[in-house]
Amino acid sequence: MTSEAVAILEGAGLSKSFGALTVLDNVDFTLRSDEAVGIVGPNGAGKTTLLTVLSGGLRSTGGVVRFRGADVTAVGAAERSRLGLVKTHQVPRPFSGMTAFENVYVAATAAGGLNGRGAHAACVEALELCNMLHVANRRAETLGLLDRKRLELARALATSPSVVLLDEIGGGLTDEETVQLVETIREMRRRGMAIVWIEHIVHVLLQVVERLVCMVSGRVIADGDPKAVMADPVVVEAYLGSGAT
Amino acid sequence: MTVLPKFAVERWTRASAVSGGVAVAVVAALAVLPLIGGDNLVDKLTTLFVYVILAAMWNALAGYAGLVSVGQQAFFGVGAYFAIRCSVAGVPPYPALIAGALIATAVAVPLSYFMLLLRGGEFSIGMWVLAEAIHLLVNLDPLIQGETGTSMIALNAYAHETRLAANYWLALAGMVGLLGAIFVLLRSPFGASVQAIRDDEEAAASIGVSVQRAKRTMFVLAAFGCALAGVLWLATSVTFQPKTNFGVQWTAYMILMALVGGLGTFEGPILGAVLFFLVQDQFAETGVAYMAGLGTVAILFALFAPRGIWGEIEKRWNLRLLPVGYFLRPTGPPKPDRRSK
Repeated sequence: MTSEAVAILEGAGLSKSFGALTVLDNVDFTLRSDEAVGIVGPNGAGKTTLLTVLSGGLRSTGGVVRFRGADVTAVGAAERSRLGLVKTHQVPRPFSGMTAFENVYVAATAAGGLNGRGAHAACVEALELCNMLHVANRRAETLGLLDRKRLELARALATSPSVVLLDEIGGGLTDEETVQLVETIREMRRRGMAIVWIEHIVHVLLQVVERLVCMVSGRVIADGDPKAVMADPVVVEAYLGSGAT
Repeated sequence: MTVLPKFAVERWTRASAVSGGVAVAVVAALAVLPLIGGDNLVDKLTTLFVYVILAAMWNALAGYAGLVSVGQQAFFGVGAYFAIRCSVAGVPPYPALIAGALIATAVAVPLSYFMLLLRGGEFSIGMWVLAEAIHLLVNLDPLIQGETGTSMIALNAYAHETRLAANYWLALAGMVGLLGAIFVLLRSPFGASVQAIRDDEEAAASIGVSVQRAKRTMFVLAAFGCALAGVLWLATSVTFQPKTNFGVQWTAYMILMALVGGLGTFEGPILGAVLFFLVQDQFAETGVAYMAGLGTVAILFALFAPRGIWGEIEKRWNLRLLPVGYFLRPTGPPKPDRRSK
């Protein structure tokens, strides 16, 4: 992190309720433009909801979302992705009737604002970065889990983002596949993208992130150096269970 | 050091270049047909062109944009109604027909804001309800005399042969223009966005697709196409009977043609329309049994060959005559998987 780095994405006092169920409870979240932040927490902690509210897929019940200093609380997901803020889905959501290349092409043209050869080149680059060129002409419905996860990432990359929100992109992958994924995400960091990554496989997460946030019951209970957060007795108690100590 | 792969995006094949040329030649031959062909052939081909328009419109709406409408007869009927209204107001017959289609399209714009709030099955049934509501409103016009209907008498001012030829050329121009418009639209980035919406609306929005705007464009385009088919039908039949012109059978025909030909393929609905035209020509007089037969065929295709005849041809021979997709071809090592779709 450098001293010049500014907050590129901010959530202030974010709340989200579904009827009587409060999923986010006054959450403050900040991401600097040169940062990779991990989010951990037990199931139902509100991690995915936080990312979805930040990306515009859900409107918060209260609070403000700012992207590059501008209030985007009322801006939808499509517009936010065009501004450079994109999220991948926890359960892959490919455009099943289209090829992998065409899936990525939609992102490059609709959010990336590219066309013609520029769009084609961006798609090849995104597919290559995600090791997907060999399946570029396959219909997405014929792809396995690994390639569907990669396609989520490739589609997000083709939008030319400055912030990528990753929702359990490593879930269900083998160790070898995870190594490749970490390498791809490191390359994204080298290209200047800021990253927020929700992941249960903590040792993988810790290879990439510089800061870790732990959420429990819709609240942030710890935020800071990853090792310090994982060693925090409150986190150990709430996330790993008292038996872990 | 790794050799970086180089790729070219292929959008035409040799087969598609040939078929594009054949298509131009066929259209040119069709354009001069009324000068040499018999009245009967000209009349029948006009009907075929109307079927092709209807099939292509329903395919654009459902096969590409995922908007499964059971109420496209709304625009088929209301286009004809407005054409008669224009004619009664003193507009010459053929300009009145075109004006009818355009007014129906203008009506579709505000309607789209309401109808596109509905999703999936709600949209399908909502469109049917809309068609019935428009049908009933048209019946309230004293000019139409309820279900008795009326005629576009001004068309009788032309000699029979002149009218047949004019209808034919208008139908041919409409069909070629609409197929061309759909083709260009589907090959553009907009076309890719529309297909993304069909497959997953929320995921499409998450990567920048303006979902409502894209759906509205397809809705209004399909409304125009169906309204144009409706006024062409009026031009050939002269009479307007709400029960017939607003009949749900029009949408049933559209579904059948698109489903049998190949939903979500560009060529399929054209093939479906030709097959339907041939079957209709032979068996339409057999009545109820014919309708039951058509329904059975549609169900069998939906169950066992959901991509239709053209979809199966594409799959088996990897044949794309008029491709709207993208194929990544390696121009250097390493090669991508050619096992294709």
